Amino acid sequence: MATILLVAEQAQGHLKKATLSALTAAQQLAQKNGGQIQGLLIGPGAAKSAQDLAAYVGTVLTVEGAGFEHALAEVHAAAVAEAAKKVGASDVVIAATAYGKDVAPRIAAKLGAGVASDVLAVVSANQFKRAMWAGNAIATVEVATPVKVISVRATEFAAAQKAGSAGSVQTLGVAAPPAKTKFVEFNEVKSARPELTEASVVVSGGRGTKGDFKPIEALADVLNAAVGASRAVVDAGWQPNDLQVGQTGKVVAPKLYIAAGISGAIQHLAGMKGSKTIVAVNKDPEAPIFQVADYGLVADLFKALPELTEEVKKLK
Amino acid sequence: MKILVTVKRVEDYESKIKVKPDNSWIVTEGVNYRANPFDEIAVEEALRLRDTNMPSEVVAVSIGSASAQAEIRSALAMGADRGILVKHDGFLDSDAVARLLQKVVEKEKPDLVLMGKQAVDVDDNVAGQMLAEYLGWGQVTFASKKEALESPEEKAKKPGLKLGADKKSMQAAREVDGGLEVLEVQLPAIVTVDLRLNVPRYASLPNIMKAKKKPIEELLPAALGVDLSQKVKVVRVEAPPARAAGIKVADVPALVKKLHEEAKVI
Repeated sequence: MATILLVAEQAQGHLKKATLSALTAAQQLAQKNGGQIQGLLIGPGAAKSAQDLAAYVGTVLTVEGAGFEHALAEVHAAAVAEAAKKVGASDVVIAATAYGKDVAPRIAAKLGAGVASDVLAVVSANQFKRAMWAGNAIATVEVATPVKVISVRATEFAAAQKAGSAGSVQTLGVAAPPAKTKFVEFNEVKSARPELTEASVVVSGGRGTKGDFKPIEALADVLNAAVGASRAVVDAGWQPNDLQVGQTGKVVAPKLYIAAGISGAIQHLAGMKGSKTIVAVNKDPEAPIFQVADYGLVADLFKALPELTEEVKKLK
Repeated sequence: MKILVTVKRVEDYESKIKVKPDNSWIVTEGVNYRANPFDEIAVEEALRLRDTNMPSEVVAVSIGSASAQAEIRSALAMGADRGILVKHDGFLDSDAVARLLQKVVEKEKPDLVLMGKQAVDVDDNVAGQMLAEYLGWGQVTFASKKEALESPEEKAKKPGLKLGADKKSMQAAREVDGGLEVLEVQLPAIVTVDLRLNVPRYASLPNIMKAKKKPIEELLPAALGVDLSQKVKVVRVEAPPARAAGIKVADVPALVKKLHEEAKVI
């Protein structure tokens, strides 16, 4: 029987939400190829988060030990490839997060596998949909190799539900190969707000903010929303890289996306047009953002956003 | 040091992308082409590294049809020293691209390969990582820097990638979820670049003229001994689902009413 290896992502023993979306994609794939899903967790905290993952899948494999302290692509790819061979995996599924994008192609190269990257939908056992040209076209790609690697755009799949009974956890004896890369430091962007890709409401600001994000942040706070930004804002250094929404930044699909002072370049739209409801606030009535907005308000964001913040407060 | 940098010919993002009626590909007639913007950032970084570590050489590589000479020339006009075109007509999957580049790397023996993190046509974000694995090299994907693009460091055109004192390793910041991670990688290595590494220069007219005289070597996949059979095939291309046209609201109270009563999102 086919085995689908789900490479789970965790930090300090906490399972990432994107992994549960990747699991849904793996479950859809299992329905097409009759396979069974096994989870794999690598690094410090793997044993702890394995208990969480075991609530969703039948078997969870863990890899811990020297050399796995940091998520180095070459080391993790080697461990995943070895695990995939041990369980006879037909498919390796991983969320297309920064980690997944870094490591998935190396896993594929190790396994002689083709990789379907950042997939939006599972069409059949070997066909997947994915966006190209900044989402201006949706391609169906066929992976022709016996083993397939699939990275999953988490916003396109709902989080998986827990299974009826808890699965088993096994430690996998895999040693880390010597690495040519070394972790130096991590400069974390700390924020008390929800994470951009996981928030159900996102308020984003563009060039129209002129770098002043106070109205964006005030509105985000009353809506319990994450803050996003257009490329122009991040390029100018007004907001950290981590907040960029778009083709080359984060892809988000919240239930409400509010774009303020964002003109709506195609690269930005590629990152947010899957949102359920889109609101655009822009001074320029011709701004392309209005073409994708469900509700458009032609106004100065410095007047409209504080007013909107007050109205939302009244509702609550 | 010797730096190999990739330049892919892609559809200009300013061009309107339309799907062919038979769903086989996109319409290419009337579309403008240019170098992949991420690759231009890679070229810029290669030039800055070269100019601060002389003697060095920057070799621009493209895989594609004869037309891709234009993108190599634009890298040469920015300042790259010479070009290599691996000539092939038609679609190649990222795996084939990685295996072709592997052969070029084995021939050229660079200390560093710089690539865009993704090409903005197929948006795959795969070839660089695969190349690193095929070569058994370390990788730094999504390379960026701590300094903003409007910082004095950027204005001074300093490289964002920091070459070690012994020139055998390199430190690079990379954009990951939740912040910037700094890695140190032994050379030779693969670095794929993200948007905030630098602002690429424009080619000056004298440099455009000079670039015409710089050599471009042509290689053929068959001569490199690479099997181009596709591991990943594109079987269908369709237009994305269109969003239904929205409405304009008059003022904030009207917007709030719509969001509360119609969309029910607040």
